[in-house]
Amino acid sequence: MKLFKNILEGIKPTFEKGGKLEKLYPVYDGFATFLFVPGHTTHTGAHVRDGIDLKRTMVTVILALVPALLFGMWNAGHMHYNALGESVEFMDKFLWGAMKIVPMIVVSYGVGLGVEFIFCVIKKHQIQEGYLVSGMLIPLIMPIDIPLWMVAMSVIFAVVIGKEVFGGTGMNILNPALTARAFAFFAYPSYMSGDKVWINTSTAEGQFVVDGFSGATVLGDLATNGTTQYSSMDMFLGFIPGSIGETSTVAILIGAVVLLFTGIGSWKIMLSGLIGAITMGLIFNAVAPYAISPEQQSFMAVPYWQQLIMGGFAFGLVFMATDPVSASQTDRGKWIYGFLVGLFAIMIRVFNPAYPEGIMLAILFMNVMAPLIDHYVIEANITKRKKRLKAKVA
Amino acid sequence: MPEVIKIKKGVDIKLQGSAEKIYASTAAPSTYALKPGDFPAIRLKLSVKEGDEVQAGDAVFFDKDRSDILFTSPVSGEVVEVVRGEKRKILEVRILADQDIKYRDFGSSKPSDLSREDVKAKMLKSGCWPFVRQRPYNIIANPNRAPRDIYVSCFDSAPLAPDADFVVHGQEAEFKLGIQALQQLTDGKVHLGVDGSNNPSEAFTGIDDTVVTRYKGPHPAGNVGVQIHATAPINKGETVWTLNFQDVIIIGRLFKEGKFDAQRSMALCGSQVLKPRYYKLTMGANLKTLLEEGLKPTDNRIISGNVLTGSHVNFEGYLGFYDSQVTVIPEGGDPRFFGWLTPNLDQFSISRALFNWTMPNKALKLDASLNGEERAFVVTGEYDKVFPFDIYPVQLIKSIMVKDIEAMENLGIYEVAEEDFALCEVVCTSKIPVQETVREGLNMMLNELGD
Repeated sequence: MKLFKNILEGIKPTFEKGGKLEKLYPVYDGFATFLFVPGHTTHTGAHVRDGIDLKRTMVTVILALVPALLFGMWNAGHMHYNALGESVEFMDKFLWGAMKIVPMIVVSYGVGLGVEFIFCVIKKHQIQEGYLVSGMLIPLIMPIDIPLWMVAMSVIFAVVIGKEVFGGTGMNILNPALTARAFAFFAYPSYMSGDKVWINTSTAEGQFVVDGFSGATVLGDLATNGTTQYSSMDMFLGFIPGSIGETSTVAILIGAVVLLFTGIGSWKIMLSGLIGAITMGLIFNAVAPYAISPEQQSFMAVPYWQQLIMGGFAFGLVFMATDPVSASQTDRGKWIYGFLVGLFAIMIRVFNPAYPEGIMLAILFMNVMAPLIDHYVIEANITKRKKRLKAKVA
Repeated sequence: MPEVIKIKKGVDIKLQGSAEKIYASTAAPSTYALKPGDFPAIRLKLSVKEGDEVQAGDAVFFDKDRSDILFTSPVSGEVVEVVRGEKRKILEVRILADQDIKYRDFGSSKPSDLSREDVKAKMLKSGCWPFVRQRPYNIIANPNRAPRDIYVSCFDSAPLAPDADFVVHGQEAEFKLGIQALQQLTDGKVHLGVDGSNNPSEAFTGIDDTVVTRYKGPHPAGNVGVQIHATAPINKGETVWTLNFQDVIIIGRLFKEGKFDAQRSMALCGSQVLKPRYYKLTMGANLKTLLEEGLKPTDNRIISGNVLTGSHVNFEGYLGFYDSQVTVIPEGGDPRFFGWLTPNLDQFSISRALFNWTMPNKALKLDASLNGEERAFVVTGEYDKVFPFDIYPVQLIKSIMVKDIEAMENLGIYEVAEEDFALCEVVCTSKIPVQETVREGLNMMLNELGD
């Protein structure tokens, strides 16, 4: 600890005004405040302050993501060896997945923070912590077989267009991680759709993909055939193909408990999102007989509760819809926002088979709508205040 | 039985070092000071110069724009120093006190025998007027306006605040006289807000023709702004006057004894005070003799007022004009190694992301650390947990930041004061200087619209 302090103090002059690297001061400051919460004391306003800061908030979200991450690593290996028809030890599956996923995380953080540092240096801002969570979310919502350069491109797009052009952390309209996902999806459609990317089927000498193997996700299956080979239990526990972090509802629920207990994720958004999805699921169940094609009919007839555990719905609702910057900011707005996220997620997923999952577009759409919702919620408050005045005058 | 109103939003920050209910005595302070910084949005002009002799109740300075508002000396003695800062702005006017205080005689009288104008004139002349503050803007009231109502909060819910029932004991008659004087000033009612969690003193509940309301709940239930909002919110164009209950006692004394005797019961409290107790001290008193009674030998932060809204003073500083509490906490400010990852059990937080939720009743020894750095607004909904108004706090602050007068008005700035936002500032993850921003907003409105 003393050692770090000494090193930081030692190199500080190089970065301060007049030093050789004064332009890089934000980078120095970023590292220094990462190691030590700075010893600033209050000089205006309240003399005592809450112990929480943005770093703490972000780290809590990352901790909540760890179960989904670890499960994703294991599941990637599990799916891979299943496709090859081999049965291997638990640790082998896990390590195989880790070998694929750790590089993605490294690329995501390396590229994303690199871009942030560049912007901070140009704009002479302090480095803000927003990317800590985005950097972990991005690999978790990508398919396992995505090339690293695509991850890098998506990250650059997300940080520059999704965030920095608006002014950085706290100013963005869209969730940066979903911006990255949407970029990957729309920029490389031939690669990102279909059923090739969800399970890695690379073979070494002597290995073969088993006959009759399908790499399609549950939603992909349902959209094309109207049925799926996976059981509800598989979906709930996560033994299904899909983006790295999204498959296991159990792991996501553990994360949700952390977010809800600490109060960092909004329970209003999560609950209303759930209600919205159930509502849409029930509507589909009710109108399934009137569907235009047999595939769609069987997709619509999927029990409403199964819609909650397949695809990225749970992951999106818990970790991405609750992003406080891009969600609605008022309490009443959060109820509306969450409900519509859930509703649209299921609607898009069932009605538009061109998209493998609806939650991404549902959240991005509602991100855009969130300020509008807030506007009307606040207008209602203002109207109430004006009415009070009128009643008084009359 | 008075109505009980429950305030649900808010939080009590439990701190170490609450004052024991005993009056201790201390050597009389040798100097006193009036600090223009205690009065926001005001331009002052001196009416004395260094070397002048004054009596208690003689004007020291006055409001340039409303010249009948006088600020008078709390003691008799010699004006020894006018401390000035940048651009010759007056920071303090120091008065060396006589051994025996000579009071200027304003004549004793029963407020009920006097007309409104007489009551007003007496309060203005004696220097009691600045105790009366007005919403909107939370500034010294404009004496030419008739307020809709007058509100007095008869308890203080801030951390370590003096106990109102203990303080008022023995001064019931003065309090009653003070309230009677205030009743002369308004066509509306005098509203008294009392603590709903126990049986408040008869002194507060037994005065004729007042509206007594009991408030139950965590801080800021004792803030007068919260009480106005809960009973009869301020609309555009309305004015409500507010006073601290101890200042009502000083006004009562003026009518009873005919002198400006600004003595208050104040609590010396906080984790760094060896023996936290009550003292009788006159407004503007030098704190040195008091603090010499015993502080822990650490790097201390001395606050005139409470930890939420008080002002930072040094060891030889002076008690503020409106303050009845001096809090001493450690200054703190040591960088914490990976502080964003450690459990931080010694810190206060309303978030469960820190671990002090495991011991909700423990009194904490908080220091003045900011615990982070200023950031953009990210987290939402946290202000709402501690802000018991039907007002959107973040949106109001943002409208101030972009200087949108109309939006500020629409979002309810007339009802609030800095102190109402103090807890928002405490819990803010992004460490935004909320109270300062609110003050800027109020000043902007004031410049635009006048009082």
